Amino acid sequence: MKLDAQIPAGPIEKKWDSHKFNVKLVNPNNKRKFDILVVGTGLAGASAAASLGELGYNVKVFCLQDTPRRAHSIAAQGGINAAKNYTNDGDSVWRLFHDTIKGGDYRAREANVYRLAQISNQIIDHCTAIGVPFGREYGGLLSNRSFGGAQVSRTFYTRGQTGQQLLLGAYSSMMRQAAAGTVKVYPRREMVDIIISNGRARGIVARNLVTGALESYAGHAVLLCTGGYANVFYLSTNAAGCNVSAAWTAYKKGAGFANPCFTQIHPTCIPRSGEHQSKLTLMSESLRNDGRIWVPKTKGDKRPPNQIHEEERDYFLERRYPAFGNLVPRDIASRASKSMIDEGRGVGPTGLSVYLDFRDSIKRQGEDKIREKYGNLFDMYKQITDENGYKVPMRIYPASHYTMGGLWVDYNLMTTVPGLFSLGEANFSDHGANRLGASALMQGLADGFFVIPATIGGYLGGSKFEPVSATAAEFKAGELAVKHKLSKLLEIKGKKTPTEFHRQLGNVMWNDCGMGRNEAGLKKALKKIPEIREEFWSNLALPGTTMEMNQTLEKAVKVADFLEFSELLVKDALERKESCGAHFREESVTTEGEAKRNDAAFSHASVWEYTGEGKEPVLNKEPLAFENIKMAERNYK
Amino acid sequence: MTNNHFDVTIRVWRQNGPDEPGRMVAYKVKDISPDMSFLEMIDVLNEDLIKKNEQPITVESDCREGICGCCGLVVNGEVHGPDEHSTVCQLHMRRFKEGDVITVEPWRVKSFPIIKDLAVDRSALDRIIQAGGYISVNTGAAPDANAIPVDKETAEEAMDSAACIGCGACVAACPNGAAMLFTGAKVSQLALLPQGKPERERRAICMLEAMDKESFGNCSNEYECEAVCPKEVKVSNIARLNREFLLANLLGKTEPNAPAKHLISTPDVPEED
Repeated sequence: MKLDAQIPAGPIEKKWDSHKFNVKLVNPNNKRKFDILVVGTGLAGASAAASLGELGYNVKVFCLQDTPRRAHSIAAQGGINAAKNYTNDGDSVWRLFHDTIKGGDYRAREANVYRLAQISNQIIDHCTAIGVPFGREYGGLLSNRSFGGAQVSRTFYTRGQTGQQLLLGAYSSMMRQAAAGTVKVYPRREMVDIIISNGRARGIVARNLVTGALESYAGHAVLLCTGGYANVFYLSTNAAGCNVSAAWTAYKKGAGFANPCFTQIHPTCIPRSGEHQSKLTLMSESLRNDGRIWVPKTKGDKRPPNQIHEEERDYFLERRYPAFGNLVPRDIASRASKSMIDEGRGVGPTGLSVYLDFRDSIKRQGEDKIREKYGNLFDMYKQITDENGYKVPMRIYPASHYTMGGLWVDYNLMTTVPGLFSLGEANFSDHGANRLGASALMQGLADGFFVIPATIGGYLGGSKFEPVSATAAEFKAGELAVKHKLSKLLEIKGKKTPTEFHRQLGNVMWNDCGMGRNEAGLKKALKKIPEIREEFWSNLALPGTTMEMNQTLEKAVKVADFLEFSELLVKDALERKESCGAHFREESVTTEGEAKRNDAAFSHASVWEYTGEGKEPVLNKEPLAFENIKMAERNYK
Repeated sequence: MTNNHFDVTIRVWRQNGPDEPGRMVAYKVKDISPDMSFLEMIDVLNEDLIKKNEQPITVESDCREGICGCCGLVVNGEVHGPDEHSTVCQLHMRRFKEGDVITVEPWRVKSFPIIKDLAVDRSALDRIIQAGGYISVNTGAAPDANAIPVDKETAEEAMDSAACIGCGACVAACPNGAAMLFTGAKVSQLALLPQGKPERERRAICMLEAMDKESFGNCSNEYECEAVCPKEVKVSNIARLNREFLLANLLGKTEPNAPAKHLISTPDVPEED
């Protein structure tokens, strides 16, 4: 596998501009001759479809939901970063670049991250112009809040529904192109295969989720904007539909999969209440602006929180990280909470949570002010837990939330398969080993609105394409292979449901490859996963047929892929014998118990290459050079 | 089983396909925890059905945190269930007790045909947005975000309208099956913001025309839509929609193809609250 990141030459500030000047352009009249298939309609997919449609490309866009407006980007709450420096607190493109590289624990590609920081400002301009109702100050200008991992206020927001508003903005722009005829939307379709012809991605096979029919679509490029794989842990903050299947299909077709072990655990989620739990609900990180996180100083203190006096409380983030306090990055906050719970100082009925307390902020600012900022989050908390967060501290626990790993892409967002691109959370490029809050929305929209419209022309304009139709033999073969796989699942006729297998896998992943990882646990997981997979293929219960709406079948396909992918994730975690960002190897810690990187051995992206069914994957490495930012131990003290 | 667990019976609408007959089927669901969500209770039932090699109930949900707008059920005759201003995925079993018989039905709206069991086709709402629910600005052309100040109250009011999650509850609750609250919310959001003003007349006309084409009913001031909206979108959005539409007609800014019937079919303008 050849890993050429295609990073443009020249100083980092000039790379993007000079690249845009140097890539081939497609003549405006020729754009409509190119068919571009976009899979997924989250921020990355919807914004890519919209902007490519505006340019005149012929776009087909697919999503598995009933409408593109439901993609999981919609659930992002807190905000979107940009280096506007509207707050006059010393922000700049350079600082956002620096914070993102540092936040990612020096495991991201400098050139991509710098570009992301540059584009961040255009995103805010564009989203404002398309009607995103960002929060404002009384003077009429945009308002900012602070987020983890930064000492400046650079996060733009629409109450606690920023993802929703940005997604609806991108969706509406896409629907405008649907009206204009440049974009055709295919909802309730799940991509089940990618068609490679003469070494290039030339189409997809999608399953119509209403009829069950397999449909082939040919094109000149395929964009996977299919999100992350946090559901590999079964319980996560992701929507039920989030999956690894599209990325896994790409991997099996030759796309390198980078850093699968970089998975983020979010510190502020509502704790689980029982075995029936189907998902975990995130409470926006923005709550850490005003909420203080604490546990009792004494082990096993079961008194109600309001009876525990100030001097009996341990505000452990403020104590351990005085400079950043409650606003340390997510990985650090999660691990600190875990260590409190491991010490036996966890709270709540299960002991598996810590307090997030608004008492002092309410005293200082008034309940109304807090309600104005976070009202919907307090309502949501009440709905789920039946507790009033204004009166008693919320209880929170870390949960699997986001995945920094993903399909390896070059500077143009192209995977190792020519013509196959990956955008947003589905790719690996910008967040290194840990993503900062409010940076996922920024990346999804940067990739879709601004990067791909510029870089795809370089691929399309610089290539000669032989005609490929959706009735070609490659497509028929793809459909047949999918048909075979689906029938095989239905023929098992066993006793355990897809959800039971998924939960079983999730337990292994959470316990042995979760917030803390060690060699023994990872090796144990590598033994258990194939056992679960084997049982899955011999004891799966799956009613119904393929040619109908069959949600159990959809779930089974996703679980089957998770059962393969999880093994790669664990292998990657085992191979990376260092702690960095969210990847915490218990063997690699500083004397103070913090993550300890090993730059000499691991300053690279680990890119895994598929070599065939049942064969060991090959590890390739993209070395990471830090020419603009000095690598240092992350310090938030 | 802990002592606060309980059993319920649910009567669910089962329908194999759009053109197949449907019927209510009763199932006993045992050992329910009050902390379970309503959809998790259905998960428990579905797991049982799968194990018996029976078809589980087709029910749609995705985020399960009340924002994606995917879920939507009529529970005991109430759209999104008994909790006020909430989606059904946020309904918890602590609202029910031992021995309850709970009826569960899909949205019953002509414009949302049933696909299977509790899943309906709401694509008509996408077509309304497609008709004009956007601001026509191409990527790359925007001025600095702070170039146009928007007073805070207006921005907040636009956000109140923008909060719509497109679940279709307003349509399901309306005796006429009207999509006025949905359409009004988008028209209001974009009419309130200065960025949306250049297209406001055209937008109101085109979106209303699309709404009519999808055979949604008319507003007759029942306020049921506002009562069930999970995001508390207000009927004042409908009033604004009507005003925008009247204004567009008065200014003669109708689309060439927009028939005059709109003026006749315009519903009463409700009092603004």
